Amino acid sequence: MKKYTYTEKKDTRSGFGAGLHEAGKKNENVVALCADLVGSLKMDAFIKDFPERFTQVGIAEANMIGIAAGMTIGGKIPFTGTFANFSTGRVYDQIRQSVAYSNKNVKICASHAGLTLGEDGATHQILEDIGLMKMLPGMVVINPCDYNQTKAATMAIAEYEGPVYLRFGRPVIPVFTDPDQKFEIGKAWMVNEGTDVTIIATGHMVWKAIEAGEKLAELGIDAEIINIHTIKPLDDEAILKSVKKTGCVVTCEEHNKFGGLGESVARLLTTELPTPQEFVATNDTFGESGTPDQLMSKYGLDAVNIVEAVQKVIGRKK
Amino acid sequence: MKHTIKELEDIASQIRRDIVRMVHGCQSGHPGASLGCADFFTALYFEVLNHKTDFTMEGAGEDLFFLSNGHISPVWYSTLAHAGYFDKSELATFRKLDSRLQGHPTTHEHLPGIRIASGSLGQGLSVAIGAALAKKLNGDKSHIFALLGDGELQEGQNWEAAMFAPFNKVDHLIASIDYNGQQIDGPTSKVLALDSLQAKFEAFGWHVINTDGNDMQAIVEGLHYAKTLTGKGKPILNLMSTQMGAGVDYMMGTHKWHGTAPNDEQLAAALAQLPETLGDY
Ligand SMILES: Cc1ncc(C[n+]2csc(CCOP(=O)(O)OP(=O)(O)O)c2C)c(N)n1
Repeated sequence: MKKYTYTEKKDTRSGFGAGLHEAGKKNENVVALCADLVGSLKMDAFIKDFPERFTQVGIAEANMIGIAAGMTIGGKIPFTGTFANFSTGRVYDQIRQSVAYSNKNVKICASHAGLTLGEDGATHQILEDIGLMKMLPGMVVINPCDYNQTKAATMAIAEYEGPVYLRFGRPVIPVFTDPDQKFEIGKAWMVNEGTDVTIIATGHMVWKAIEAGEKLAELGIDAEIINIHTIKPLDDEAILKSVKKTGCVVTCEEHNKFGGLGESVARLLTTELPTPQEFVATNDTFGESGTPDQLMSKYGLDAVNIVEAVQKVIGRKK
Repeated sequence: MKHTIKELEDIASQIRRDIVRMVHGCQSGHPGASLGCADFFTALYFEVLNHKTDFTMEGAGEDLFFLSNGHISPVWYSTLAHAGYFDKSELATFRKLDSRLQGHPTTHEHLPGIRIASGSLGQGLSVAIGAALAKKLNGDKSHIFALLGDGELQEGQNWEAAMFAPFNKVDHLIASIDYNGQQIDGPTSKVLALDSLQAKFEAFGWHVINTDGNDMQAIVEGLHYAKTLTGKGKPILNLMSTQMGAGVDYMMGTHKWHGTAPNDEQLAAALAQLPETLGDY
């Protein structure tokens, strides 16, 4: 198992803030909108340097999506910012009609996704957003795994023409990816090459997959770990190549197993290469209040859950 | 003026013929408010709007128009065709398979003149504001026009937008309300009364004007006047009274023709009241 270390922990939303600032410096058409959550979305640096390119919309997410769609008509590249729940479920029809169907170059940037939002509880912890967004024709869906990857993804989507959903989170987590990485939309990242099982992880679950990989190595299991940061379009080729080699797969996401990354992988495999698969994901449930660590543990999203799923899926191999 | 009032009225008469024929042709669509807004569309596209029929999405240096109540697509399509955006023969494809003239307006089929999809109500004012903000950033002093239904104002997003625009001095925006007092289930006064729209919008900080949307002279003057009010720190709201079904006697004064197609006999009765001025498609 390849060794991954980290010297600091940071939140992915700060990676978004840094990436937005960089994208703003590079391209004067980049504009930002926020619905009364500037601090949470780490937009301060952008706002400080480009006040005229920032729009405070107030607590009016539907209006924010509509305004963003309208701004693209004048050649702007709007990044909207609010919590994941209010970025998706709250404004689904606005995104559907004014952004996706109209094919507008809006970047819907969503913080505090999943259980790790923590103490605010289930009203704020959306576990359905990947499903909602990936079902929209033409929508790109990205869930990066650490500060550096989120920063790189933010800069990359500014250069991509078309609607994007970018999902990130609140807690500080290890920073373990390359600070100078080039982010390629739709391209999987090989975290560790292995032969016994393919672990496919997204977002906060990538570090947990690495922890699981280390535990599995101790048990004599050689896990291949792939980071799928872009859930749509899915890197079919990378997944099929790996699964051909390992013959079984475990998908890991901080999201409902209904509608998430795991289902996208299952759809691919069931048509191309039927393979035993286990899902590390929440199981058709809402979240609740607690610390991020407590919640990840209670809802079965820890390294130990990945290890168990791997053992189970290997047992199902023919 | 580019046209006389008589010329504009003739254009509106042809647009009304097109509307009833289009809706009859596919036995679906929304004739009521389309007819009611025919004078507005004529005044806007043939007299007021600074626009090019050589369509670009951005429309730099041009006035832009957004239709929030997308169900009245027939009046918009006919207007765009007669203004020269595409050939009027295409009107015959309205709501039919593989047509660019979808039931509700969309950019998806790349019909010239359309910049955003609408149909799900309540979204157009926000989009128009966004387009206005982009023009401001681009140093483009052109105007943004929008049309909304009155029943549509029951959607909350409109009031988010209504609050936003004056606070942010979106003052090159002229939003018109098709104040016909009707919606699907009946008169707005019975479904969910709008009561004193003027006071509501003024309280939000809009400059409100009132026009008669079925009097060509009045609507042309009203829209020109609205333009003179722009750039002064406030968005403009044109509270435009119209008759649903205007121009076809049996369709007027009721919500019944909001979304019903005429049969052959009814079509003939309607066309008898609407002179063919520019030639049917
Ligand atoms: C969000 C949404 N809800 C419901 C509808 C169905 N609908 C289409 S038109 C309409 C009535 C609109 O009333 P108004 O804006 O007054 O338009 P008019 O009746 O004058 O054409 C409704 C409810 C819709 N298109 N969008």
